[in-house]
Amino acid sequence: MLRYIYGADLNLYPNLRDTMFRDRAAQFRDRLKWEVTVDTDGFERDEYDAMNPLYVIWELPDGTHGGSMRFLPTSGRTMVQDHFSDLLNGADIRSAQIWECTRFCVAQRAGPRVAGALMLAGGELMRAFHLTRLLGVFDARMVRIYNMIGAAPEVLGAMGEGRDKISVGLWAFRPDDRVKVLRRAGLSSDLSEHWFTRSFGHPISRPVAA
Amino acid sequence: MKALKLDQFLHKLAQADALDQIQDLILGLRDSLKVDHIVYHWVSADGEQYGYGTYDKKWVQHYIDQEYLRIDPVVLGCFQRFHPVDWKRLDWSSRAARAFQKDAIASGVGNQGFSIPIRGPNGQFALFTISHTSDDDTWAAFTMSKQRDLILIAHFLNQKALELEKGRAPEPIRALSPRETDALTFLAMGYSRGQVSEMLSISEHTLRAYIESARFKLGALNTTHAVARALSEGLILIGGAARAAPGNWPGRDSRSNAAR
Repeated sequence: MLRYIYGADLNLYPNLRDTMFRDRAAQFRDRLKWEVTVDTDGFERDEYDAMNPLYVIWELPDGTHGGSMRFLPTSGRTMVQDHFSDLLNGADIRSAQIWECTRFCVAQRAGPRVAGALMLAGGELMRAFHLTRLLGVFDARMVRIYNMIGAAPEVLGAMGEGRDKISVGLWAFRPDDRVKVLRRAGLSSDLSEHWFTRSFGHPISRPVAA
Repeated sequence: MKALKLDQFLHKLAQADALDQIQDLILGLRDSLKVDHIVYHWVSADGEQYGYGTYDKKWVQHYIDQEYLRIDPVVLGCFQRFHPVDWKRLDWSSRAARAFQKDAIASGVGNQGFSIPIRGPNGQFALFTISHTSDDDTWAAFTMSKQRDLILIAHFLNQKALELEKGRAPEPIRALSPRETDALTFLAMGYSRGQVSEMLSISEHTLRAYIESARFKLGALNTTHAVARALSEGLILIGGAARAAPGNWPGRDSRSNAAR
């Protein structure tokens, strides 16, 4: 299931939290060989995790982490601008309606549908909070998955080659993509809306009073 | 103050050059939205606060005297979030919070509220709030229908407050990035979006993101306003002045050429 959790509330889900930070170490340090910091607990955490970001986490049936990503608003400090500005060719994207999405992670034990479920959640956030785009950091595998789903991000810049390639790109919200992403994730629209409502306390959108 | 529709409000806000004008603009916006109260509230990292709004002055002073900042669930809850929040979703369970709520309603604050948290540069935090007295369903329908406008108003107000509070750190995000400067310059020269994206070797999709970002930084409601503001503030140059300027001319310098 999908959970939307702010950093300040992660301590309510200790198992989910710990397995997320360990899976991030496995993905970003061990598999992708990124220069990330892993602490003595085996957690991959950085300064942006300390800025109370919003996480979207796929929870596996046993209560552990199956995949996740991290959001921060571009009106404030962002990881993309601090660390990936070289890839942006002189762009500095700020908007009330653009959030950055980083640390897109899929656990190795998770099934193939998890990446799709996370993409779905990104789209739900955009729909709910009137975001026009997400500004994301993607690894090569993610770009491939996005392409397969038919909802490819627009790459602004990239570094590295092959599976080591890291890209920064924009992902726009196109209502048609939602159907494709739902199919890829193997989830129903109702279920996704239910998960959103459970996390935020209100539905994604409500009918306007006549 | 006459009621101000969204575009009128944003237009006047963009032109405001003193903080005391913001109070009048907020009054006009309140009359247009037909809600009891609108408040813009800035809280710095050290707890210093200021704001503009329509709450009773006595309530504002009482709030400060009682140090309600430390227990107000709206401030505490919104500080932990960055999506728009209905007050009902916040944690009112403590005795202090319930007493505060009772005090607030008795002082004319509505039983309903909807707040937009803003994370600005360098850890700046601000809140834009509308409050009203109504039943839950009416309020939910109203806030959902206005959510997008309220998000834009909140951020534009904050950009203006940052701009006008220059003495106060942090500095606002005003500088256009080189790509935004290029994009607005070519648009100002009359090229179409298609032509501009071709000249900059980017897709129209990316160009639209650059323009949106430039609009945000300039507090401009649309592209025409953004171009006009950038021109009037000397952020972009077109015509003879630009052609005569050495180096700083889109496409002429190596950075722009190196873009693709």
